Formats: sequence, structure tokens, C-alpha cells
Amino acid sequence: MTRTQLAGGVFLTYLPAKKFKTSLLSAQFVVPLKWETASANALLGSILRRGTVSCPDMGALAQRLDQLYGARIDGTVRKKGESQCVGFVASLIDDSFAPGGERLLEPAASLLGELICHPVTRDGLFLEEYFESEKTNLIDAIRSILNDKRSYADSRLLQEMCTGEPYGVPRLGNEQITAALHPQLLFDAYRELISTARLEIFYSGSAERSRVEDALRSALADLPRKDIAPPPERTPHVLPEEPRILTERLDVTQGKLGMGFSCGSDDAAALLLGNTLFGGSSNSKLFLNVREKLSLCYYASSLFHRHKGLITVSSGIEFENYQKAYDEICTQLEAVQKGQLEDWELEAARSTLLNAYASMGDSQGKLENFYLGQAATGRDESPEDLASQVRAVTPERIFAAMGTVKLDTVYFLQGKEAEA
Amino acid sequence: MKPILYERLGETVCCETLPNGLEIRVIPKPDHAKKYAFFATRYGGMDTCFQLNGQWMDTPAGIAHYLEHKMFDTEEGNALQELAKNGAEPNAFTSNAMTGYYFDSTDHFDENLEILLSFVSIPYFTQESVDKEQGIIGQEIRMIEDNPDWQIYARLLRALYQVSTARTSIAGTVESISHITAETLYDCHRAFYTPSNMILTVVGNVDPEKVADLARRVLPQEGGPVIPRDYGDEPGTLSKRETRLAMEVSSPQFLSGYKCRPVPEGEDRLRAMILGDLACDLLFGESSPLYQRLYSQGLINASFGGAYELLPGAAFLYAGGESKEPQAVAAALQEEADRLIREGVDQDFFQRTLRASFGSNLRGLNSFENIAVSLTEGCFGGYDPFRFPQVFDSVTQEDVLSFLRENLVQERWALSEIVPKEA
Repeated sequence: MTRTQLAGGVFLTYLPAKKFKTSLLSAQFVVPLKWETASANALLGSILRRGTVSCPDMGALAQRLDQLYGARIDGTVRKKGESQCVGFVASLIDDSFAPGGERLLEPAASLLGELICHPVTRDGLFLEEYFESEKTNLIDAIRSILNDKRSYADSRLLQEMCTGEPYGVPRLGNEQITAALHPQLLFDAYRELISTARLEIFYSGSAERSRVEDALRSALADLPRKDIAPPPERTPHVLPEEPRILTERLDVTQGKLGMGFSCGSDDAAALLLGNTLFGGSSNSKLFLNVREKLSLCYYASSLFHRHKGLITVSSGIEFENYQKAYDEICTQLEAVQKGQLEDWELEAARSTLLNAYASMGDSQGKLENFYLGQAATGRDESPEDLASQVRAVTPERIFAAMGTVKLDTVYFLQGKEAEA
Repeated sequence: MKPILYERLGETVCCETLPNGLEIRVIPKPDHAKKYAFFATRYGGMDTCFQLNGQWMDTPAGIAHYLEHKMFDTEEGNALQELAKNGAEPNAFTSNAMTGYYFDSTDHFDENLEILLSFVSIPYFTQESVDKEQGIIGQEIRMIEDNPDWQIYARLLRALYQVSTARTSIAGTVESISHITAETLYDCHRAFYTPSNMILTVVGNVDPEKVADLARRVLPQEGGPVIPRDYGDEPGTLSKRETRLAMEVSSPQFLSGYKCRPVPEGEDRLRAMILGDLACDLLFGESSPLYQRLYSQGLINASFGGAYELLPGAAFLYAGGESKEPQAVAAALQEEADRLIREGVDQDFFQRTLRASFGSNLRGLNSFENIAVSLTEGCFGGYDPFRFPQVFDSVTQEDVLSFLRENLVQERWALSEIVPKEA
């Protein structure tokens, strides 16, 4: 892996590999996550995907992509730490598999550059019809988070726990702010984004670095670059004096219990391992106890939010088992904190993490997502570096780090009939 | 093992059939760190009615999936933990027609493979441990019942089919699984988890001969009898034209489906899958005129999509997503199919679609999971999925049009809708 600067605030992470059928090319603008701008940036991703000067509608774009053997260019909006990453991920079959021996990287890079630098416009604004339809789609997408109750509950927990902090802002922003967007405001946001936001580019495939750089320099020749905004400061999370408990009612058959914890330690590698022991794998204490021993749920797992120092637990239970599940989750956290582990548990947690790091290089998508996360949060370790950190963690460090983990917020989604 | 080279795909597949009937497929990937093993039985949610030792058995809905959960129990405890010690996180899934167990790992592969083969071939559970699983699977069922995507799909199948076990939910219901006993689970294992009803696929940097040796050593020497199954004598007509459910969702959703002609086992199945996919792309894919029109009219959004699927004795094609006017979109789909049948497809658009579809099949080969599952489906269905470039060479516009003429007709059409609950 190498990371080089191509232009002001434009960086290329080059990940050479000959083992894939495809090449991946991703261009991501990295901006601070804020309520004020999140929805506008999310809307930009989809409006730019509607058409360019040379391919002014979806039909013309689709035609170009089909010619490149069904290359895909997907608009993406992701949250990485307290940054929002907006851009495109292109996947195209590697030149070595093009039946006619064509070069596909250059035309794909060029189309990516057009999507960013040369959107179709009228009177200095995006086309009114594209603006209106993508705005409606974005509002629908924000509302549709409700349809998957597990993600809905997970996102509600995070939003409540991090109220007033950037980390509590959902990646698409919210409905009200989206509704208030108008064409001029969005076009200004576009100019601002492409001239001042850091642009992180990722390439994985068989082409030489110089060829990739040439293709990108030419594709992005018209990218306006002004003063590049510095990365945001990390906002520390504020632990409430007493854990906050929230309940919401919807017409559902299964209850969702989410529990958010705040970590007082900076020892990320120890917390990562501690979380894996607690609820981060199918051998964790939550899986073995809440699910296997007590049969309370089908899923109960925990996630370590590295950049923010939080752990969140997510589970689906019968409404009346709220207290049982709550108590058991606390009991299992305590067990990790006190070091109540069987020999195999630590070994299993460690090798689960090591296996994930070791196999990351086998997936272009995982590599891109990993390095984007690193770039967005200002880190530069490779998966191998993180693996070494995990190898070096002692049990004492785990218990000490997990000892600082405190309950912060509880979110419970329950059914309507439970009111009776 | 016999290596077969697929030059146009840059892949080699090593094949062997053991004396006990087990089919083994190894796909060497010398440049990858990850090694992936997939061990599958031809037994899924649709196989509820079958003949064992001369007797027909009618088993509860959800039993194949229930058995999948219980197979992880071992005499020593649980296979999950044994594999976890080596960094391998195993998992499993049950589909309509198969149950597959898998893991990936970078280290201790041989040891892990031995654990996989052994826990899947040796059942170890008691009535008590079976009863305990009711709570866990009960919550899995509650979870999918709250999921609109699952509801809309399951309800479409129940509208399209009258008697076929394609109607049966793979996980069953909280009621149906309450009738499952340890004894029935053992019977199902005896019937379907025999080497001759199973396939082992390994993808990664491994020695194919070692894989075959290990399977020979660990698995039973004997295969098993062919198990006759009854999927129901499905008539050509639908069960129901329209079905609608109110749920806690943000906007209406729909699936518009066509009950297609079943496709017999053999090479025809690969051809049918490619034709079905092409039909979807031409009719409503992102490059199609219909998609662009509906999208710009705001009748569909990025959630719109569809597929052609083959099940034992059944095949269907569907499209859908969120829409404020499901009926209008469904009608537009039918009109577009009629138009294509009447006027044919623009030749340039047809060639582009072929090209894009070929690329998408090739892209699928990046995924070890996808390689293993499609080779397994191919083995069970009597075709070689890696021969897709040859099929693409021979597909004509007329082939796709005759697919549309046969299947995309009004009599075969049903609509499944989910609407928001009124506040």
C-alpha cells in the first residue's frame, strides 16, 4: 500500500493486486459530520450520479457503463468516526479479462472525473427535475430506516447517546433539513465540497501506479482546489451522571434492546479485544449466555466504536424479557471486567480478530472501507499493524480498559399492545 | 483429483467423487490468504415431505433450519468454540433447497476442515437441548416477521403457488416448530446428511489432494439411498392474484411476480438462469428504458430491483421496491413485456446488456462464498456454472423473447404489497 498526494488535498491510496477479476476505483470527499451539511452532502452524491455534461441522463450513463462490461459506479454516503464521506465507488472488470483486450481503467476514471467535475447544469444550477426527484428520494431513504427495526433501534440509541455531538448525526442527516434544501443552496454546497474538501482516492487492481496516477490526474484536471479544510477535532463523549433510559413504542412483534456504554480508557487495542470477548463474535459472552444459555434472543452482539470510545449492544427479545436481558448483559460485562474468562475465550477472541485482519486483503471492498476509515480519522496503521497491536495485548490491559466501561444510555423499542 | 481449466475465467476447478458418493470441488487460489470451506446437503426448507425406509414422512415446516441450528452441538460441547480457538468463525444457512455450513480461516485450515466435516456428519442432541432451541429460533422468526422485505417475498410465493412447498417458510412458524422433536431431527439427519447427498467445496490456497484425503478419512464410508421427495403437484394457475399486509413501514412496498415454467435439472438450468437474468435486465434493469421512465416519473426509487429464481420444481421472476403507486408500476412492467414481445429489443441495447451481464457474472467470481454456493447449486442442479461464457456466446435475442412470451403473461402474474399502518 502507498498513499501519495496527487494535487492539493487529493490523495491516492494505491493497493496493487492481481488476484481479482475486477478493479476498484473509489473517490471520496471527507468532510466533518454536521447536522447543517449532512443532508446536502448526501443529496449531492445522488444528484451527481444523475448525469454529466456528456451523459446528461441515466440512460446515457448506463450506456457508457454497459460498454465497459457492466462497470458499476455507485454513489456512497458513509459515516467514519465524526466524518462524513461522500463519493463514488467504481467496480470494473480487470483489463486482463476484457474479451476484446480493451483498456477499461482510463475510460472508467474519466467517467468518475466527469461525475465529480462536470455535472449537467442549467442556468448555473443542477437540473430542477433532478433536484426535486433526488430530494424526494433522500427523504424516503431517511424515513425508510424505520423499516429495518434492528438498524432503526441501533441508530436511535446512538442518536440519543450522542445528542449534541457530531457522532449522533446520522449519515443522511434528517428529514427537516433535507426538506429545507433549495437548488441554490445545494449548488453552493457542491462548489464548496469540490473546492475545499479533502478528496481520498483508492485503487485496487492490476494496473501500475504510474498508469493509475496518470488516469486520475487527467480525469480530475478540472477539479477546483482552494484552501483545504483541516480535519475536525475529535469531540469527547460526555457521560451522563445517571444512565438515561428511553422507551419507544411501535407496532412490532419483537422488542429491541439497545445499550450504550462509554469507555474511559484510550487503550483501543485492549478495548477491541475486550469487546470481542463481551459481544463481538459468535463465541462471545453475550452469544453464549444471553442466546445459548438463557435462550432469550436470536441475536445479541456488541460493537466497539473505536474513534469515539463507545460500545453499543444490540439485541432482539420478547417484550416481557426486558429486565432479564438487561441484567444478563450487565452481568456479562462485569464478568469481562473482572477477568472471569475460560482459557479458550481469550485465545478465540484474539484469533477471530487476527483472522479478520489477515483476510482483509482478499476483498477489495473491505480494503477500501478500511483505508477510508483510516484516512477519515487521521490514522495510518495497516491491517498488519493493527494485528500486531492485538497480539501484544495482555489480559491485564483488557481488564483494566474494560473496567472503565460504564453504562450510558438504554434504548428499548417495544410493541403497542404491551400498553394494555 | 482431476483439474479442469476454465481459460476465459482464469480459474481451475479440481473435481472428485468419493466412493461414498460425496462430490468434492477445490478451487485453488494461490494468491489469497483466506481459505474457505463450504459443506452442503441437498436438503432445505422445501423438503418437508419425503420417503425414508419405504415410509412417507410429513415433517413440520422449519425442520431443516432447526436441524441446522442443532448440528453445532457436539459431544465436547459446541463446534463454534472449537473452531473459534483457531480463529475460524463458522456459520450456516438454510435455503429452500439446501443447508450449507461454512467457515473461513487463514491458519489451521486442515484442523478446521476436520471439525466442520465431523460436526456436520455426527448429530449430537437430546430432547432437552432441542427444546431449548425453541426460544432462540422463536426470536429469529419474530425478527423476520417484523421485516417487510421478508414478508413481501414470502407472501408473493404464497400467492404464486397453491400446493408447492415453495409456500413453506424456511424457518417455519412459532407454532410449527413447537412440534419438532429430537427423534424427527435424527430421522432427517439420517435421510439427508449422507455423503452421497452432500457436496464439499473448498476455495483458497490449499492442496486439493489433502482435502480429498481428509474427507475420505473423516466421513462415513457408505453413501445413502436416494430420498424421494414430494414438493406438491403444483398446477399452472395461481393461488391468489393480490395480497396486501399493513405493517409499521415508512412507505408502501410491492413485489410484482410471475410464476414461470419450471426448468428440469441439467444444462437447461444454467441457460434458463442466464435468460431469466437477461430478461430482467432488458425489462427493468437500470439501463432499461422502463427503469429510466419510472424513475424520472418518481414511481420508483433506488430500492427498485428484481430477479429470476429457480427452486425445485418451481421458477419465478419478480420486481419491486418502494413505490407510491404499486399498481401503476406493475401495469407498466406488463406493458413493457408486451411491447418487447411485440416489437423485439433494440439490437444495440441487447448487445450492451449481454456485455454488462457477462461482466456481472465475472465479478461474482471475486467472492469465495459466491463461487462455492454456485458450484454447489450447479452440482445439485446438474449443470456447470463456470460454463457461463459459452452460454453467453450462444444466447440470441429470440431466446430471450421466447422466455418472455412463455412466462411474462397476465395469467401468471401476482402482486404482493405492504402498506403503512394507519396511525
